[in-house]
Amino acid sequence: MTPVQQELLIATVKVLVFFHVFLGLFSLMTYVERRLLAFMQFRLGPNRTGPFGILQPVADGIKLFFKEEVVPEGANKWLFVAAPALAIVTAFLSIAVVPYGPTLHLFGRDIPLQIADLDVGVLFLFAISSLGVYAIVMAGWAANNKYTLLGGLRSSAQMFSYELALGMSWVGAIMLAGSFRISDIVVSQGGPWGMLHWNFLRQGLGFLVYLVAATAEVNRTPFDLPEAETELVAGFHTEYSSMRFALLQMAEYVNMMTVSAVGTSLFFGGWLAPVPALQTVLGHDVGFLWFLAKMGAALFFFIWLRGTVPRFRYDQLMHFGWKVLVPLATLNILATAAWVALT
Amino acid sequence: MTLDVILFYVFGAVAVGSALVVVGQRHPTYSAFALIVTLCSLSAVFGLLGSPFIAVLQVVVYAGAIMVLFLFVLMLLNVKREERRPGGGGAVKAVAVGLGAVLVAQVGSVLAAAARGSGAPGFNASTGHVARLLFSPAYLYVFEATSILILAALVGAVALARKES
Repeated sequence: MTPVQQELLIATVKVLVFFHVFLGLFSLMTYVERRLLAFMQFRLGPNRTGPFGILQPVADGIKLFFKEEVVPEGANKWLFVAAPALAIVTAFLSIAVVPYGPTLHLFGRDIPLQIADLDVGVLFLFAISSLGVYAIVMAGWAANNKYTLLGGLRSSAQMFSYELALGMSWVGAIMLAGSFRISDIVVSQGGPWGMLHWNFLRQGLGFLVYLVAATAEVNRTPFDLPEAETELVAGFHTEYSSMRFALLQMAEYVNMMTVSAVGTSLFFGGWLAPVPALQTVLGHDVGFLWFLAKMGAALFFFIWLRGTVPRFRYDQLMHFGWKVLVPLATLNILATAAWVALT
Repeated sequence: MTLDVILFYVFGAVAVGSALVVVGQRHPTYSAFALIVTLCSLSAVFGLLGSPFIAVLQVVVYAGAIMVLFLFVLMLLNVKREERRPGGGGAVKAVAVGLGAVLVAQVGSVLAAAARGSGAPGFNASTGHVARLLFSPAYLYVFEATSILILAALVGAVALARKES
């Protein structure tokens, strides 16, 4: 094989591996979320299918595959079909630029545990997350139903408003690292101080803004207004059934995993160990395990949040986004800029 | 042909095709979606030309921010299919043909210059270079003046939209 073919092969394998790992994590997450939520509410949750109910996602998958796919009367067929596809594509695109571990040395080559180490990685994430809004707008509009239209409008307004705060919360971390490249931002958090040098401490305010804005961006409780069941039936995906519904759900979970992975990279030192001595075990760099552990903790936090807090009212949501988060993020940028200029 | 060239033609074709849909389509919502496709494929072309920064900005600013507002308004007003007005003045058509000719001449002259090899020299479009250029004395005042112009427009829009109390 020529070197170009080898590079192409490695890239293809990496794409396939990351894609399937995320698919597997998605089905695991549907189970874990239902189980954990059940425990938080003194219930048992799904525990009939297989040991501890672990086969529940498989059963759900089979069920959804065999359901009838309904396209409502008067719906715009093209956009109705395209919306779930767009949702899943934008969800999976953003996992490409996150570094999941330090560079591997396999078969005498250096293989970074990342699909694309872009010069503009953070900006790429921002661009893709802004495209994700369209899937929801399309789904809401194409179904020709007032509940879906209202759900779609609400969620586009929400995602649009919180995207600004989300992007601004990253700026501090970017300034400290002096680079848009995500792997540079991870490396900039390293050092003998371990977790004391991670950005969630150095960029405390930025991290808090990210936490809130990211939760809103992926439409999780307490910001799940787009699908507020009591008011909008099921929001933008009311009319979807079968695998198209499953794809929309999948996109939501993958987005949640993406913001967890991005938060891990930008604020929790990515693949770095909390104590530098634990970075290698028996001479092997176990960075990707640290990454997985941190991402898992972030995902648990999302479920925990859902079991704890009630939903915001719409006017509170808008007020909070524009009048609290954006000024705080701006303040953080100014303070960080002053700090970077002085040191 | 290398992979880059093939991808360039694919995205170029998609950009031109979707741009034709934007103009030819009578349903404004379809036009808006087609415009988003055009902007995204243009961004891919920028990326292939070796300027990822401009490619990403294209998506963030145009596809991600401006078009969302367009769609938002289209959906809020629930705009229906555009109605064809019979006729359309001959003067309008003459102006359109004239402007089209100017555009063709412009593109032609640029292509001719490129064919002679006297086109624009290679531009270093990396993030750092663009940032330094933007904040260099040559562009700093223009850049800041544009920002103030946008801010003024924003304040004006808020002032107009505010309810009299």
